[in-house]
Amino acid sequence: MKDTSAIEGLGLEVSDASILSDTAFLNDLRRQMVKFATLQLSNSHAAEDAVQEALIGALKNAKSFAGRAALKTWVFAILRNKIADVLRQKQRMVDASSLLREDEESEDFSELFDQKGFWQADEKPATWGNPQSALHQNQFWKVFEACLEGLPGNQARVFMMKEFVELDAAEICTAVGITTTNLNVMMHRSRLRLRECLENTWFQKGEQA
Amino acid sequence: MMNCLEATKLISESQERRLSVPEKVTLKMHVMMCSGCKNFSLQVPFLSKAMRAYAQWEDDEPKN
Repeated sequence: MKDTSAIEGLGLEVSDASILSDTAFLNDLRRQMVKFATLQLSNSHAAEDAVQEALIGALKNAKSFAGRAALKTWVFAILRNKIADVLRQKQRMVDASSLLREDEESEDFSELFDQKGFWQADEKPATWGNPQSALHQNQFWKVFEACLEGLPGNQARVFMMKEFVELDAAEICTAVGITTTNLNVMMHRSRLRLRECLENTWFQKGEQA
Repeated sequence: MMNCLEATKLISESQERRLSVPEKVTLKMHVMMCSGCKNFSLQVPFLSKAMRAYAQWEDDEPKN
């Protein structure tokens, strides 16, 4: 008997799709999806619903997938669309004032820039060479994920809304209840942090090696 | 001259909106003279690209 506990309750006929018997993979995938959806929707119930719907939709076609990576890409594409729909429908799902307060606390550019607003000598962005090649390396994605997790929660949320869920700026402002200025500030900070983290933990190490 | 804090703000905002012509001109002048901001301006689009490719990474490690 195949162990299909990860997808029990979805009511699917899965006995002949071998990929679906890989419970470790499915559990891990589900965990990643729930984490991402919870961050985006700030509501664990809505997140579970979105993940469940995305999984049902994707697993119906699972037999046609060439492998785990293809399935993962597909379920995340579905999940991303579901999240975009929910965010567009429900407006102001978080308390905007709390969101901004948290972000204001992290306001400190003095580590990166001097008093005149120029790069501190040791903070100046370096050349990354050909960063595209990193996208094919497993280890890079672990570093990337760790850097994303290092962002303050709301910065990560807004950054991923823009760059992963692919909402436009106006839609994000409405969904989160912030102004365009707030959004610009959060995107600027997340980009500064993310690039610094990638440089320190990946690109500089790679060049030294 | 525009400083690096302002330049990186504009580089970041250029991903969300179309910059005005005066903004583009002052930014371009700064970036021509500042290697740090030039590198930043190349890294920002890469961050977008990486974020979009994020869910497609091939996780080939054995899970056992």
